[in-house]
Amino acid sequence: MRRVAVLSTGLTKVDKQWRKSIKELYGDAARLAIKDVKIPQIDALIVGNMCASDLSDQNNIGALIADYIGIAPSTAYRIEAACGSGGAAVLGAYLAVASGMYDFVMTGGVEKLTDGVGGNTTHSLGKAADAEFELFYGSSFVSLNAMLMNHYMHHYHISREDFADFAVLMHKNGSRNPYAQLPFPITRETVINSDMISDPISLYDCAPVGDGAASLILCPLEDAPKYSDSYVEITGIAGATDTINLSSREDLLTLKSTVSAAEKAYKMAKVSPRDIDVAEIHDTFTITGVLSLEDLGFCEKGKFHKTLANGGFEPGGSISINPSGGLKSRGHPVGATGAYQVAEIAMQLTNKADKWQIPDAEIGLAQNIGGSGSSTYVTILRRSR
Amino acid sequence: MMSVPRYWREIPERTRFEGARCTACGNTLFPPRMKCPKCGSEALEKYKLPQKGKLMTYTIVRSPPKGFEKMTPYVLGMVKLDDGTIVTVQITDVQPNQVSIGMQVESVFRKISEDGESGIIEYALKFRPIF
Repeated sequence: MRRVAVLSTGLTKVDKQWRKSIKELYGDAARLAIKDVKIPQIDALIVGNMCASDLSDQNNIGALIADYIGIAPSTAYRIEAACGSGGAAVLGAYLAVASGMYDFVMTGGVEKLTDGVGGNTTHSLGKAADAEFELFYGSSFVSLNAMLMNHYMHHYHISREDFADFAVLMHKNGSRNPYAQLPFPITRETVINSDMISDPISLYDCAPVGDGAASLILCPLEDAPKYSDSYVEITGIAGATDTINLSSREDLLTLKSTVSAAEKAYKMAKVSPRDIDVAEIHDTFTITGVLSLEDLGFCEKGKFHKTLANGGFEPGGSISINPSGGLKSRGHPVGATGAYQVAEIAMQLTNKADKWQIPDAEIGLAQNIGGSGSSTYVTILRRSR
Repeated sequence: MMSVPRYWREIPERTRFEGARCTACGNTLFPPRMKCPKCGSEALEKYKLPQKGKLMTYTIVRSPPKGFEKMTPYVLGMVKLDDGTIVTVQITDVQPNQVSIGMQVESVFRKISEDGESGIIEYALKFRPIF
């Protein structure tokens, strides 16, 4: 296996991008990723996307984009793992380069949630869960996570206010990020007083609905210096799964797929959670962010609020969590989110994050979840010297 | 819209509450799978789940998925059945603000939803409090 570098990245602002179609949106990110690197060709495009077949009446996203951005006849295909599609696409691209089959692989993700009309978007996102044994009974993505949050609050005696503080930190971080969909600070009261969606989850516990695209170019590490002087190495990467329905889990409050993917990625990168300087974690809802913090090994179970209160997750703390603002503030273009996270970590490690830069970050981690923890992808990046 | 065969295929699970039990380790599964997730055995037998249990967690759905607008707000819960198996179901015959974690519940046959005016009417089990 060859060592693999992220050579360059390109992001669009997460937003309601009414004027852009799915291919144009990805095209914008791809243009930025390719702008500063003079590579001879793109051998393959592996792109994450979840909802295009439901919301844009479009399958065959790979060919659609390859045609639009002008890389045909290179192979191109979509990878779908619900909200984990972006992370899954990066893993696919990593394998393609590491194996020696392809030298230059473009990956990333794209999502056009605002092409949905009426309840179509909620319905499409819900399909991450088990259609026959969860959705059939009237569950949605938010209500399944609400049951988790209620269980967590009951089990650990944690209040909604403690969860609200996580959303507050995300908005504080996101207010510095020019790519964020909701780049403004909020208070605890903003969260507590926002509309109840599915008790105890209120609007400001949830990531917003938006469109976005992220593009990354991967190549063999040894060739990277020929094309760029600011690349990073993927030192650890892994995916893992858990039961698709929540009720089949032995422990509802552990994301086993995250524990397992993280364990493999840490081992591959030869690091421990303590070595991570900056992480982009998957906070679809505040409860998802909290369970992720615990299961990645960044805090003890049931005690996130203590680290949060003493600034441990902020720049200058023991680990910077979601300097981008996370899904809550940067936004959650579902099938692109995992690609955003990896690109954002690459930007942090190459000092390209401008106002949201974490100083001297050396090792970073991106964690991307599909469904209510049924899939997780963890990617660990290291600054190259 | 749900096709008739798609609904019909799951009738044993949805209306008779049929899961599976591992004859090697005794673990119960719902829904059934090819292998026991605990011990890996393929020696699974059909098994009817108990119809009583305790509410483990719940939520009040205020922003429903398509097809469930008429019954909103409604309660969705995870019930830990008397044998320890956990199922995701709707909690019925009770006001949402009367529901609490730990409540004893039992299964009852109910309409789940209907696919518009010409589609099929879907039935399955819900759970109601035992008072």
